Amino acid sequence: MTDSFAPRDWSSHPRYIEPIYRSTPLRGPTKPLIPIRQSLSELTGPVYGQDCLGPLDADLTRNGMKSAEPLGERIIVTGRILDEDSRGIANTLVEVWQANSSGRYIHVVDQHPAPLDPNFFGGGRCVTDAHGRYRFMTIKPGAYPWGNHPNAWRPQHIHFSLFGPSFVTRLVTQMYFPGDPLFALDPIYQSAPAAARERMVAKFSIDVTEPDFALGYVFDIVLRGHNATRMGH
Amino acid sequence: MAKLQQTPSQTVGPYFAYGLLPQQYNYGDGLLKEIASGQVAGADVPGNRIRIEGQVFDGAGKVITDAMIEIWQADHLGRYAHPRDPRGSNANFKGFGRFGTGTEADNKFVFDTIKPGVVEPGAAPHINVILLMRGMLLHTFTRIYFADETEANAKDTILAQVPAERRDTLIATRTDTASGMVYRFDIHMQGPRETVFFDV
Repeated sequence: MTDSFAPRDWSSHPRYIEPIYRSTPLRGPTKPLIPIRQSLSELTGPVYGQDCLGPLDADLTRNGMKSAEPLGERIIVTGRILDEDSRGIANTLVEVWQANSSGRYIHVVDQHPAPLDPNFFGGGRCVTDAHGRYRFMTIKPGAYPWGNHPNAWRPQHIHFSLFGPSFVTRLVTQMYFPGDPLFALDPIYQSAPAAARERMVAKFSIDVTEPDFALGYVFDIVLRGHNATRMGH
Repeated sequence: MAKLQQTPSQTVGPYFAYGLLPQQYNYGDGLLKEIASGQVAGADVPGNRIRIEGQVFDGAGKVITDAMIEIWQADHLGRYAHPRDPRGSNANFKGFGRFGTGTEADNKFVFDTIKPGVVEPGAAPHINVILLMRGMLLHTFTRIYFADETEANAKDTILAQVPAERRDTLIATRTDTASGMVYRFDIHMQGPRETVFFDV
């Protein structure tokens, strides 16, 4: 097999154990990872296309709506899923989840005393088009406190889960909003190497904005590319 | 053109359940249909039916109650449901499972599937695993091998790259129960039995 996937770029990803994020010291592996070659098991991966989507999956302002529109600032989040050679990754599943505009998740474990919104669920997904483009309509999530250290707050963020073309291109990350004053104080954001952090921050885009309706943000995500010249195609 | 650089990984956090496993965790009354679950193979999929179950333990030996395990496997003839596998797998077997450790007794993960066949010469039957959780900033890769495949395991070229004294951490033990074959695969994040994780 001549074509394999580029390795994880360790200068772009957090380390497993990052003591400022208090849950990591007992949960990250301590022994060195064992390098293995990519066999067919790694060069393949789950394929999910349009057929797994419901009609409202990409519109979080509507998929959980019961009696009225959800509260908060309506936003569009769009961008491309790319490989390291700037090629768009077509037909790949993008799954997202987030807090509501008050900074509260519907998850039972979330005990933050901010209101739930009966019209907001907070989960969605879509599949990229032929150019690797995706698009969600949603509500800007609120910041919220968490128990990592006294007076710890998470910056506003949306969770993203991606597959890409193979088992090894999988990525789970978080999208942040530009200029958030909590960046400097957030151990999870800070866990990424300094030079890589701003890759997790969306850009405001007036061009994506829908006039009189919703503000627009662009967030491109780069997955592991190819090692060798691509065969075929 | 200049190379783009990879987007950093971030933790899946404690709140993935309603976004990624809404039915398992009973969120949303079906408004978002989960793409995968612990039911990897339906009754119409050919192959030997097996259950794989286990727990995930942290460095203090405590069971982790908010991990998510994903598995990716070949069908009973060793074929993957992916265009890169030219052999073409049986159409109704996707081979992907996803399960969170927050709903079963003892915070187990449970996959009902079929035993995968041999993917390529020199490979023992195995299942590929991605593990995600709060407190882990990027997912880990590991593999499940089967204790009753001693001969094939001895020849497996990936297992051969693992120090002999750690290979056991990748081998699921088998129990035959009244309801079928159950393989036990516990994952230890740290300690003397720390599971082998791969850089791949």
